[in-house]
Amino acid sequence: MSRIVVGPFNRVEGDLEVSLELEGGRIQAAHVNSPLFRGFEQILVGRAPLDALAIVPRICGICSVAQSAAAATALADAMGVTPTPNGLLARHLIQATENMADHLTHFYLFFMPDFARPDYVDRSWHAATAERFTAIKGSAAAEVLPARASFLRLMGFLAGRWPHTLAIQPGGSTRAITAGERIRLLALLREFRSFLERRLFGDALERIGQLASKAELLAWADGRAGDFPAFLKIAGDLGLERIGRADDRFLSHGAYGLFPAGTWQQGKTVAFAPALITEDTERAWLLADQPRHPAAGETIVAADKADAYTWCKAPRYAGRAHEVGALARQVVAGNPLLLDLVQRDGGSVMARVVARLQELARLIPAMEGWVQALQPGDSFCAQGVLPDEGSGVGLVEAARGSLGHWLTIRRGRIERYQIIAPTTWNFSPRDASNQEGPLEKALLGLAAGEGAPPTIQHVVRSFDPCMVCTVH
Amino acid sequence: MKVLWLQSGGCGGCTQSLLCSEPRSLFDELRDAGIEFVWHPALSEASGGEALAVLEACTSGELAFDVLCVEGAMLRGPNGSGRFHLMAGNGRPLTEWVTRLAGHAKWVFAIGSCTAYGGFSANTPGNPLEACGLQYDEQTPGGLLGADFRSAGGLPVVNIAGCPTHPGWIVESLQKLALEGMADTDLDELGRPLFYAGELVHHGCPRNEYYEFKASAEKQSDLGCLMENLGCKGTQAHADCNLRAWNGSGSCLRGGFACIACTEPGFESPGHAFQETPKVAGIPIGLPSDMPKAWFVALAALSKSATPKRVRDNAVVDHLVLRPAIKKKGGGK
Repeated sequence: MSRIVVGPFNRVEGDLEVSLELEGGRIQAAHVNSPLFRGFEQILVGRAPLDALAIVPRICGICSVAQSAAAATALADAMGVTPTPNGLLARHLIQATENMADHLTHFYLFFMPDFARPDYVDRSWHAATAERFTAIKGSAAAEVLPARASFLRLMGFLAGRWPHTLAIQPGGSTRAITAGERIRLLALLREFRSFLERRLFGDALERIGQLASKAELLAWADGRAGDFPAFLKIAGDLGLERIGRADDRFLSHGAYGLFPAGTWQQGKTVAFAPALITEDTERAWLLADQPRHPAAGETIVAADKADAYTWCKAPRYAGRAHEVGALARQVVAGNPLLLDLVQRDGGSVMARVVARLQELARLIPAMEGWVQALQPGDSFCAQGVLPDEGSGVGLVEAARGSLGHWLTIRRGRIERYQIIAPTTWNFSPRDASNQEGPLEKALLGLAAGEGAPPTIQHVVRSFDPCMVCTVH
Repeated sequence: MKVLWLQSGGCGGCTQSLLCSEPRSLFDELRDAGIEFVWHPALSEASGGEALAVLEACTSGELAFDVLCVEGAMLRGPNGSGRFHLMAGNGRPLTEWVTRLAGHAKWVFAIGSCTAYGGFSANTPGNPLEACGLQYDEQTPGGLLGADFRSAGGLPVVNIAGCPTHPGWIVESLQKLALEGMADTDLDELGRPLFYAGELVHHGCPRNEYYEFKASAEKQSDLGCLMENLGCKGTQAHADCNLRAWNGSGSCLRGGFACIACTEPGFESPGHAFQETPKVAGIPIGLPSDMPKAWFVALAALSKSATPKRVRDNAVVDHLVLRPAIKKKGGGK
């Protein structure tokens, strides 16, 4: 038995380290460490409740809008206010813009460059992949960055700027869209659609959205030009549909009114009950007692704790670790393609990437519909009054999965603020009963160490981790 | 020009913002200016041991580089140990890496307000993270590298402040350095490049007609000026946010929400709720920094009484209810 420490992991948001115990070059045990602590839950305590809208986006530069939306939802819950129809559409659009930009960034800049590594030089697809996806220098980056920047111009209209907007408010949005701007938004969406259809998919978005099984997907991709078909070819060659399986227990808070909330395991979707969430701090450098529901959670540093190995808490649903993200969202929503992939081979590197890209193909048409549904002239923001005493919950979906904020207000100030971020679920450490987190499970049995292919890099990045959120 | 980039106690948002650089692809623009990344944690291929080898070579002086860009606050806690952020795969505090690398860099850039002045991390009550900026503790010179620090190129830390920074502020700072160098005279008293920090957010604000007439927004999403009631600090914050668009056409003010002065040290703890303007006897404190208060009050009273109905009515709704009148032919003098 030997032990190695792997890190830093490039091209993940924030800092990540993984300790591996190896036997015969295979991983017997993995410990996932988030080596950075940020303490945002303490920053929020004692502030005016609406200050959360300015503070929480700064938890994360890549999902700042998701953090805003969770805070606004929690505040709206405490205020008893409902966003206006325009406000709700604007929020869907702002959230979807961030989430879809994240899916694009993940695929092109974070995930695919690993296949351009010299480790794969003997593969038939390597030369083309290196030309297209080499980090910074590949031909894809030169096209993707302008496409991404242009797509994020939606934020210039809808949210003032990205990242770190204050546009999302409990009652909707501060930014009413005019009739003329509606046309600009549609033009920007068409421009992005055109990029996706030409370069990423090589087909109409609607066609990608309809693919309903693994067999259909592979038949569609066979011989087709496009970056997604190119990935599927690599995935087939490297067997990525059999790599990176965790426990196949999935959880989603539900998103955009399109994808319902729920949990899924062993072929069954079950309604989601937020009361069943707990956080365990046994193996984090935090004070531990009983696992607590986040509405009663604490984050108290215990930097010298023995047996701890990360700053990340261990969230559990009904006592079990759950995977979150685009795959979880789609499986819970009953998406036939992703259900087929998961029921054949379990959650995998390939399934996670397919889930993200199919979600991209399905969301852009939905966004076009939301823009068309905007009613310029009608209110974008309902007004409400904050109670001096109260509590609220904000459950949303970031690109990389379920994000929850739990807020308590006492004497007009924030008394408690607890956050569970998507990567806190996925990169959770062990808990008091020694149950591993999803990534810790997904790495078991893989080759690692001297001379091994970069498989663990693919598995880690298939979750699209965001470590800065994890350690909020 | 070779750029080495590190991230610590921040959100990574300045890198995400940087990737929004327009109109050309960021990578093409930098390449054509002769700028390349030695290593960037979010963008480079090298991971794990390969990445650590690059960093070691930079630290030993074996691999030369020009600019050290640091993104995120320096976390010195707990108890000065730096253990709130240890370099993954290596176990040494980021504060130690940054200190050693700064000694080899020709220039050091603090990317974002966290790195410049300490950010939200330094604004936790009691600062348990012992967070600071590279050369400042909030407004006070000092920070991780000390008030007297000068990089080999002869400059203090260049503070590209903002939360996040605008991509143009970073890209143009790097290109200025690559093309013609930088001098103390290019920076303001807080180490910020003057080309963007020499302006106020107020300059070019699309709500300036409302400001002129003190026609103020009363609630979120109103079109009026956000200074009187909703906490806007655009008249005091140093940045060209309304002269240089964000994400094509945006800015905080264009987005309908207050400027919270995110380029200024200490913006994180303003002493009042972010979206409310503190007032004394009905008059906002924190008036435009270089305007005598008595004149401001007098002018405000005058302009309020001269406010056209159009401006007054439009200020308190979220879409125009009165259009500017069209002058009829022959109706003039």
